[in-house]
Amino acid sequence: MIHARINGIRVEVEEGTTVLDAAKKVNVKIPTLCKHPDLPPTAACGICMVQLKGTDKMIRSCCTEITEGMDIITLSPEIVEVRKTVLELILSNHPNACLTCARNQNCELQSLAAEFGIKEESFGKILKNLEIDDSIKTIVLEPQKCIKCGRCIQACQEMQNVWALSFTGRGIDTRIAPAADFTLVESPCVSCGQCAAYCPVGAIYVYDDTAKVWGALNDPSKHCVVQIAPAVRVAIGESFGMESGELKTGKLYTLLRRMGFQAVFDTNFGADVTIVEEATEFVKRLTKGGGVLPLISSCCPAWVDFMEKFHPDMIPNFSTCKSPHEILAALAKTYYALQLNIPSSSIFMVSIMPCIAKKFEIHRSREMFVSGYQDVNVSITTRELVRMIKQTGIDFSSLPDSEPDHMLADYSGGGTIFGVTGGVMEAALRSISSFLTGKPLGNIGLNDVRGLKGVKEARIKVGDYTLNVAVAHGLGNVEYVINKIRNAREKGEEPPYHFIEVMACPGGCIGGGGQPRNINDEVRRLRINGLYTDDSHCKYRDCHDNPQVKRLYAEFLGEYGSKKSYDILHTYYRHRKEYKSYRETEFLGESE
Amino acid sequence: MPKLTKELLDTYKTPASPETGYIKVGMNTCGISAGAQKIYDAFVHKVKEKNIPIEIKKCGCLGMCHAEPLIEVKIGGKPSVLYGRLDREKALSLLENKSLPEFLVEESPGQKKIVLRNCGVIDPERIEDYLEKQGYQAIKKSIFELGPEKTIEEIKKSGLRGRGGAGFPTWRKWKNTRESESSDDNHHGRFIICNGDEGDPGAYMDRSVLEGDPHSVIEGMMIAGYAIGSSTGYFYIRAEYPLAVERIRKAIAQCYRYGLLGKNILQSDFNFDLETRLGAGAFVCGEETALIASIEGRRGYPRPRPPYPSVKGLWGKPTAINNVETLANVPYIILNGGENYSRIGTGQSRGTKVFALTGKIMNSGLAEVPMGMTLREIIYKIGGGIANNKEFKAVQTGGPSGGIISKDYLDTPISYESLQELGSIMGSGGMIVMDEDDCAVDVAKFFMKFCFDESCGKCAPCRIGTAQALKILEKITSGIGSHEDLDNLKRICHAMQKASLCGLGQTAPNPLLSSLRYFEDEYLEHIDEKICRAGRCRELKKRPESPGILQHKETK
Repeated sequence: MIHARINGIRVEVEEGTTVLDAAKKVNVKIPTLCKHPDLPPTAACGICMVQLKGTDKMIRSCCTEITEGMDIITLSPEIVEVRKTVLELILSNHPNACLTCARNQNCELQSLAAEFGIKEESFGKILKNLEIDDSIKTIVLEPQKCIKCGRCIQACQEMQNVWALSFTGRGIDTRIAPAADFTLVESPCVSCGQCAAYCPVGAIYVYDDTAKVWGALNDPSKHCVVQIAPAVRVAIGESFGMESGELKTGKLYTLLRRMGFQAVFDTNFGADVTIVEEATEFVKRLTKGGGVLPLISSCCPAWVDFMEKFHPDMIPNFSTCKSPHEILAALAKTYYALQLNIPSSSIFMVSIMPCIAKKFEIHRSREMFVSGYQDVNVSITTRELVRMIKQTGIDFSSLPDSEPDHMLADYSGGGTIFGVTGGVMEAALRSISSFLTGKPLGNIGLNDVRGLKGVKEARIKVGDYTLNVAVAHGLGNVEYVINKIRNAREKGEEPPYHFIEVMACPGGCIGGGGQPRNINDEVRRLRINGLYTDDSHCKYRDCHDNPQVKRLYAEFLGEYGSKKSYDILHTYYRHRKEYKSYRETEFLGESE
Repeated sequence: MPKLTKELLDTYKTPASPETGYIKVGMNTCGISAGAQKIYDAFVHKVKEKNIPIEIKKCGCLGMCHAEPLIEVKIGGKPSVLYGRLDREKALSLLENKSLPEFLVEESPGQKKIVLRNCGVIDPERIEDYLEKQGYQAIKKSIFELGPEKTIEEIKKSGLRGRGGAGFPTWRKWKNTRESESSDDNHHGRFIICNGDEGDPGAYMDRSVLEGDPHSVIEGMMIAGYAIGSSTGYFYIRAEYPLAVERIRKAIAQCYRYGLLGKNILQSDFNFDLETRLGAGAFVCGEETALIASIEGRRGYPRPRPPYPSVKGLWGKPTAINNVETLANVPYIILNGGENYSRIGTGQSRGTKVFALTGKIMNSGLAEVPMGMTLREIIYKIGGGIANNKEFKAVQTGGPSGGIISKDYLDTPISYESLQELGSIMGSGGMIVMDEDDCAVDVAKFFMKFCFDESCGKCAPCRIGTAQALKILEKITSGIGSHEDLDNLKRICHAMQKASLCGLGQTAPNPLLSSLRYFEDEYLEHIDEKICRAGRCRELKKRPESPGILQHKETK
């Protein structure tokens, strides 16, 4: 333990604690700007300066480890003056566009300026006109607003290993941009959106699709339907002052009906169908040699995009199942349309997702148009939904619970845990066990695949088989797993795993790029617990036990993995080149 | 080529100079750009054609930039003489035993050459020349007599401090690196890096040493590597120094051929490899953490210290980073003893320092002087005083991190501490002399512009601070500055000093603040009276009663 003093207050912390965290422990607040509690310090802004007592030296509290006997002063007229000057310098390099900014009243720089009571601009503006890059239609990069805190770079390079964003230029001309000034759509960006989740200001934000939703709701010729992803229900409450992880499923159903949707579906149902198909696919590969192992999960569109760009040699390993939200949309425009005798053309499907990459997925390939129309018309994020709620004036917290449209909404416990890292694996193993042995998986609650460890590996006994599985979340953690497969393949050895689950965002979808901000591991844990609680309260825990799923196959699809299932519920992959505009234009613009 | 053993090493003795004589041509970048290559080629051609028994040799920089190209002539048993500013024809006439007294030059007195001991003496491209000058005897002594700890002890006794600018004790850096835990205790457990990313305006000491005596730096690297327990070293040299890179690479190749690099050096169990890496022109890459990032192939961004590179450096391993001049001192110290070296100098600043004298000075060039010599001695005795009979105004030391010192302090003995007290720093050794035609505000603006251009952009105080400070200085020099601007300037400088991430930003305000300290009246003249007494700021009036300027005008 380290013993030190902060403003004269004794503090005892573990070795390796930063001055900033030590100060928090004794309730001393040090203002910060570039530091995000979930990311390692970038040491960029110079706001969190503190002084070593008895010297005139100032240090950055965010990245300086406190050492034995240190005597820190966090407040003195000189420190305040330095912080204020630095803040004013930052403001002199930032446009005064708060009123029309995507982050108005939700901006860390704005809050800091308010806290410091900045009333006038001492220094003249130094601003260059920099073009907005909204080429990718999932995130928007507005470099003029960037304060160069470096969080997005850390997220994109270190955490996600995508390297779509980097610093370019230097000095006052430093900018955030894809390498060689390619546009985002040409860059390796996989639209995971972690950059937008960490951006403290309005420099990177989610491409706003809410107008399209309002437009459809306002169009009497459209039959508007909606689905909500598992992760939304445990996070949306945060935006209305509720605790992380609290389940808001019933309120969401009510809300969406009040907003004018004619049918409210649940992506969890799609997840149940995904598992049934994916488990069938796995069993086929395992027992009948119908394809290569390990099978790799494909529910996460950012991961699919990443694989198609960086690991195309893994394409044969990918499950051909679509993601739950595409499955649900395809069924809505075929099965549901047939049942209610509504033309597919008039159905307008909106998906509420924790995810930004879904905005890309909805037109990523031909198979996303299986109904003959774009199966998901618009995908919006949790944050966009929150904005829409605020526009309607609905008091979310006081909404009563209600029921969804059961035929595409009832779900099993396996479906709801799709939103957490390890959840797809766990749900799949439950069904795989039943399919292989006829018996359910003995120990529901596979602790080895749960939790926030970057890569989780486990050996699971199912009947006569011992299955080696791996779960990775955060794209930066994928390399380890992929390399292990590759090494074995090159040496001609047995594959090290049978089944792999990957989710692009840390923690899985609950930590998605479109979720309410201020994420850290504590928030992730609470949201994860929320979904596991939902699972444990479900009447059916295994996806294939869901009566609505049984009905779907009986009335419409036939057997698991039937030709019809393959036609509607499966997709294909191909190598996508980076730094090249790869999108087939024929899939763009359907909704225009 | 047989690998050198420690016995074989001793067979290299200084050969008696050939009786017929020799001619040496200074062939560093400075000499070559003044025409030395042509002269050298002409000599070689002529000697061959006429079968003249005179040896034509190349050598490094003799330090007298004002007199390039420089030629040392020793013919017919007479003592050697130095000629400067010769053209090809005049130079060739020397072969006919002509004397050209009007072109004779002499080295300035008062210098003490340790770092530059071989510069201008040996042919930098011949390892044999270096070997004949006790080359690689120091590493031999370290390996076979001292061992790593005693080697560090010798450096400690010498009092050698980093010559790159900050003056950190070299022995402590080595000791820390040696004692830091490494995750890898075999071949790549520790690293030594030579920082040759010299970038201060007007500073070129390191280039001269790398070009003129590459082997002494290599030997310094080997000794450092041996002392800290490293078997891999990197030369990080800026790409704008192509000749330095070429000569270092040549020298490294020679060392491998002679078995002075590679495995089992001099049949000991010391293994050492050297590689070169080129800097791509960013000033900040001279900052050690940014330099490390650059070698690792990342953007040259500094990171906060601690952890210091000696704990967590290149590839996360303990790393010692020493400046070229520091390393060139090392073989001398090991051979002659630390105590011996520490007899030179003053206070906490021991040994010599090489300065690059530029600006309004008669004899611009390099000067290696013992620490403790006064500014006046350097400028007037070695530098020959101010050019064109002008009045001395100030001297800028330490480059963009340093400061401006006015004439009231000319008698200050130079040391790390004394310069700091005056608001400047020793820095890497640039010394820019200013006369009455230089404007204090304009000089501050020049250095702020340099830092603005070279700010890496990582931290806000430096990135935006340099931009705002420059903007204000531009206002003042164009006659639209206000007193409020001056207050803002001081506020920005203070924030930059306290809150910038690396040394570049923390020290960027120094030239400005020191010029404000000694020449605030000039700032006020610019603001209140719209006058620039030096006549540099074109949008302002010159002070009419300044006779110096008028005279200067007339003589023009």
